Amino acid sequence: MSVVTNVPDARGYYGEFGGRFVPETIIPALDELEAAYQEAMQDARFHTELSHLQRTYVGRPTPLTYAKRLTEMLGGARIYLKREDLAHTGAHKINNALGQALLAKRMGKHRVIAETGAGQHGVASATASALLGLECHVYMGSVDIARQQPNVFRMKLMGAEVIPVESGSRTLKDAINEAMRDWVTNVRSTFYLLGSALGPHPYPRIVRDFQSVIGIEAKQQILDATGQLPDVCIACVGGGSNAIGLFHAFRDDPDVELIGVEAGGLGIHTEKHAARFANPDVARPGILHGTRSFVMQTEDGQVRETHSVSAGLDYPSVGPEHAYLRSLERAFYTSATDDEAMQGFKVLCENEGIIPALESSHAIAEVIKRAPTMPKDSIILVNLSGRGDKDLDTVMKLLGN
Amino acid sequence: MTLTRTQQGLAALDAMFNAARAQNRAAFLPYFPIGYPTYDESIDALEAMAAEGVDGFEIGIPFSDPIADGPAIQMATQIALDNGVTVRKCLDAVATLRARGVAQPMMMMGYANPLLAYGAERFVQDARAAGADGLIVPDLPAEEAHYFSAACEAAGLAQVFMLAPTSDDRRIDLVASRATGFIYVVALTGITGARAELPPDLTDTLGRIRARTDKRLVLGFGISKPEHVKQIKSLVDGFIVGSALVRAGQEGVAAVKALTRALVSGLAQKDDDRC
Repeated sequence: MSVVTNVPDARGYYGEFGGRFVPETIIPALDELEAAYQEAMQDARFHTELSHLQRTYVGRPTPLTYAKRLTEMLGGARIYLKREDLAHTGAHKINNALGQALLAKRMGKHRVIAETGAGQHGVASATASALLGLECHVYMGSVDIARQQPNVFRMKLMGAEVIPVESGSRTLKDAINEAMRDWVTNVRSTFYLLGSALGPHPYPRIVRDFQSVIGIEAKQQILDATGQLPDVCIACVGGGSNAIGLFHAFRDDPDVELIGVEAGGLGIHTEKHAARFANPDVARPGILHGTRSFVMQTEDGQVRETHSVSAGLDYPSVGPEHAYLRSLERAFYTSATDDEAMQGFKVLCENEGIIPALESSHAIAEVIKRAPTMPKDSIILVNLSGRGDKDLDTVMKLLGN
Repeated sequence: MTLTRTQQGLAALDAMFNAARAQNRAAFLPYFPIGYPTYDESIDALEAMAAEGVDGFEIGIPFSDPIADGPAIQMATQIALDNGVTVRKCLDAVATLRARGVAQPMMMMGYANPLLAYGAERFVQDARAAGADGLIVPDLPAEEAHYFSAACEAAGLAQVFMLAPTSDDRRIDLVASRATGFIYVVALTGITGARAELPPDLTDTLGRIRARTDKRLVLGFGISKPEHVKQIKSLVDGFIVGSALVRAGQEGVAAVKALTRALVSGLAQKDDDRC
């Protein structure tokens, strides 16, 4: 394992990943955002306001739950769940949305745009905008709108406009394209509230920092509960914001293994998955949505369409810091298929009384594989990034009611 | 139109701008993507535009996720991809046009990922071999010039960067120091696509850039009509029309040719309104 340095560097790079690959028109806006973010980070009042809202509005700290029956069933490592599903709006996305919305307000930008896949970031953005009195427009692929109807309704209830995206694969990737086109057009008046740890610098860093509260809390909670650090941290990885939020606090604890779980779809040897790190035939370093990272692409550099049962993991690239941590072998990445994730979903429902998001079910799938191979005094910390209410339609169809 | 092509790259662009300047006008460099509406028709359309007397070209290389492009070019480049166009085929199209006697400078214009997947150095070398004169990558800001700059310099090809109405003096200086051939000035804050009017702050944007660099300025985004051409032809060294020609391409090569002729005639009329 190589030494992890402080990333990103001044140019927004994480080793050879990251950077800024966007039209010139929005480069000055990224500079403005970076300056405003740095200023906010130096301002005690910003931190006070954010932590006040995290406590009194989001419900932080979210609990750490010992999964006793799951642990007994698997017969190996003790399993602890970081309960981001219990955060307001039902997922970790609110941590970042609230932070960025406060930043937007501070910058005097009252029009907010966001992209969403599963709808969780859209809901979080609509929520933070309603709370702070901002005008919110959410781009969402029409395929995702069809499979995440409850979230579409939630966004509308909170006053956001949901704009269907009909281009390309009509999923998260295309929603980001449209959000970027909106931003290029309305750059002077608009704040782009980007939902995952990707995109052009400084977004991957801002999102990581706002999500790092997950790992900071979880580390203290697991020390309080067990007196030791976890042996393994596990999180699902789409763009990778919940994973980087968990991993960041453990980055300098070399004995803590960090495991990201990508969407294996119908299997990584098919063309129907979103496992960017799994198969060099279909995914290599490249540039998408303003950042250099691993991208699922054809030999000719065209971005491939992806597949996952979970909309939130159905994305052809991954945050640059994950590519960096993987290159250093500080974090490792594996995948769970749709079927394995469904199994994880059912196991958690039946054994713990928790209905997880299909995204988070991928992390549970990895726990099911790994826990039985580990000694009984070892600890797995898994990020339960969201709750599954939004997925009930999909699950009912798959399970045939 | 058959011109003798004795120069390539920066020298060819220089000659193009000088010839236009000698006629007291801006150079006209239309954009058209390879593979739309079909591969063969895109080559025919470019050849027809050459015969109408355009000064140079932006040769569009399709990409699946064109974040700087509006609906017209998104649609056209998706059709081109569905037609099986690759980076290699775009370079082959340039070679075919050269073999047919098209002599005007050709700028390869495409997003970073397909070009880097092809290989930055290999792309520049093959572009030169095919007869191209330079490179424009809309999602590659001047900070990231290094991916292509050594190869472009070695090949004598232009590497163009963009400036926008939002670019401040620091960015104008950075782009001016890195761009070769010309600077592509994005006329408006927005994506590509025809607009009814040119933006009101255009002369201000151009004035701020002119005050800091004597590099050639080529204006693009939103220019679609002969009356736009009349308004800008003495303000800049060149201009680009893309989406309007792509829309014409839906109706075939003859429609592209007719619109090109109308735009060229907007240039030819003598009403020197230089300010």
